[in-house]
Amino acid sequence: MTVKYTKDHEWVRVEGDVGTVGVSDFAQHQLGDVVFVELPDVGRTLEKGKEAAVVESVKAASDVFSPVSGEVIEVNHDLENEPARVNTGAQTEGWFFKLRLSNPSELDGLMDEAAYKAFVEESN
Amino acid sequence: MSMNSQGRPSAIPAASGTDAVTGTFTGNRGLQIEEPLIFEQDSAGRCGVDLPEAPKVASRLGGVKPRAKVGLPGLAEPQVVRHYTRLSQKNYAIDSGLYPLGSCTMKHNPRLNEKMARLPGFADVHPLQPESTVQGALELMDTLAHWLKTLTGMAAVTLAPAAGAHGEMCGIMAIRSAHEAKGDTGRTKILVPESAHGTNPATAAACGYTVESIPATADGRVDLDALKAKLGPDVAGLMLTNPNTCGLFEREILAIAEAVHGAGAYFYCDGANFNAIVGRVRPADLGIDVMHINLHKTFSTPHGGGGPGSGPVVFAESLAPYVPVPYVVHGADGFQLVETAGEGPAFGRMKAFHGQMGMFTRALSYMLSHGADGLWQASGDAVLNANYVMARLQDVMTASFEGPCMHECLFDDRFLKGTGVTTLDIAKALIDEGFHPMTMYFPLVVHGALLIEPTETESKAGLDQFIDALRSLAERAKSGDVAYFQGAPRLTPRRRLDETAAARKPVLRWVPPVPAEALAAE
Repeated sequence: MTVKYTKDHEWVRVEGDVGTVGVSDFAQHQLGDVVFVELPDVGRTLEKGKEAAVVESVKAASDVFSPVSGEVIEVNHDLENEPARVNTGAQTEGWFFKLRLSNPSELDGLMDEAAYKAFVEESN
Repeated sequence: MSMNSQGRPSAIPAASGTDAVTGTFTGNRGLQIEEPLIFEQDSAGRCGVDLPEAPKVASRLGGVKPRAKVGLPGLAEPQVVRHYTRLSQKNYAIDSGLYPLGSCTMKHNPRLNEKMARLPGFADVHPLQPESTVQGALELMDTLAHWLKTLTGMAAVTLAPAAGAHGEMCGIMAIRSAHEAKGDTGRTKILVPESAHGTNPATAAACGYTVESIPATADGRVDLDALKAKLGPDVAGLMLTNPNTCGLFEREILAIAEAVHGAGAYFYCDGANFNAIVGRVRPADLGIDVMHINLHKTFSTPHGGGGPGSGPVVFAESLAPYVPVPYVVHGADGFQLVETAGEGPAFGRMKAFHGQMGMFTRALSYMLSHGADGLWQASGDAVLNANYVMARLQDVMTASFEGPCMHECLFDDRFLKGTGVTTLDIAKALIDEGFHPMTMYFPLVVHGALLIEPTETESKAGLDQFIDALRSLAERAKSGDVAYFQGAPRLTPRRRLDETAAARKPVLRWVPPVPAEALAAE
């Protein structure tokens, strides 16, 4: 099981050919209190780097981009009623959606935990 | 804690770092009235007018009966008048003070405009009246169109769009029509810089395009190399605001236009910040193909709730054939409205009728009363005021970009680093000082943005007071008085609201309180 990160602060945790996607703990800190999450429809085909979801906080609305390509197989409906889960558990209960990877080699271009940490420190 | 008659807390609670304000018996604070909701003032059977008993008539509603009471509150006329007058007194408007909301151009609306807009020949006309009876109104539209074309250097204009975002849609639809007319259907993308107003990507998406964002350079402008890298046969156009939302003029705009046109795409300009350059730079000379104009920003028609919007769009020669109907022409029998596009390539119309007559009248009144020299001075004064604000705050706050700004100045929250005070706290404390806050957290390209647009409306004395208030807050934040900021605002009808709870669990309907007898029976 590996967790990879994008420069846009999404994470993807891969188990077999299924990736679980969310925003990083750093991202939720930057956003502040999340008040709304718009999730993709199950069955939708997502492209790496394209808009997949929307997250809205008291400060701003931001697009969430899919870290990898694939078909959405499940979304976290809990976020619709309790968007605060993104703040309390960005990388656990605050996951956004799961997708079946269509091109697992895309993972090679993403950062691992250590590289992401260095990236955040550098950009801060 | 004092409560009002409805059990809501009304007095200002004590907070550390400030003197507590003693509660009053009524919950009122001087002439700041603690006003209940109008439904809470309901008195069954009370009525503002004395109507005669309705005559008994046979119902012709086919047996349809009301299911429940409508539930309108019963109040006497003076209660209603006082209620709405008191609510209006809680409002903050450009008529009550400086309104430095960046990117919104909250300038004074001259009263002369209002007088002109109320002339019956402009105010009481109907869009379906015969043209021969509205020649004056049509001439006014024609004259306004002439001024807008002259100020922008453009070939054609539509006055119809209902507001700025509607104008954006009109412009993007014209761009799409132009590509389609050439049989060029492979263009699926619109490029939008990171600092753009949110309406730009929304417009592009609403018109069926995918949006690609262009990063900014370290000096807050469009990254020309990144733009060039994204341009190609799949790009329909670029949407750019100039001056941009960082308050900076896009210095490389000629090169940007050349690159966009070189790729076969069109150049849309968001004219929201036209106030900074009107009379000085003509957008057509910058290579712009199409641009909307917010009459309420640049030409002082009322904002938001103050009146209907109006977002005329100007077109360069390149897109002039696509201007939507209706528009005014000089015919054999005077002015005429062209209502059908005929065989031309235009995409039709944006609205049922020709647009907002009242706004046209106000905007033209503003232009004619200022004259060309006056408009030239207004844009210069707007830029001068913003630079004065920036220059006087630079040593206590952190300007995001070096060098002079245009009509608005952008600060970020680096000056608050380590203080525990946030951009939001500064804004709340500014309310206690009697000012509407600046725009916060926008544009997104800097951290904790504070965007200040004073406009040309303000005098030096007015600006100095605002600047001194902000300076005192910046210094107070740096002195470590976090509690003061976290407790702000203190002097408002309500203290700091829980914006998160309001967004997550909004209370959208008033529910009558449970009667005391029912509570006692429990």
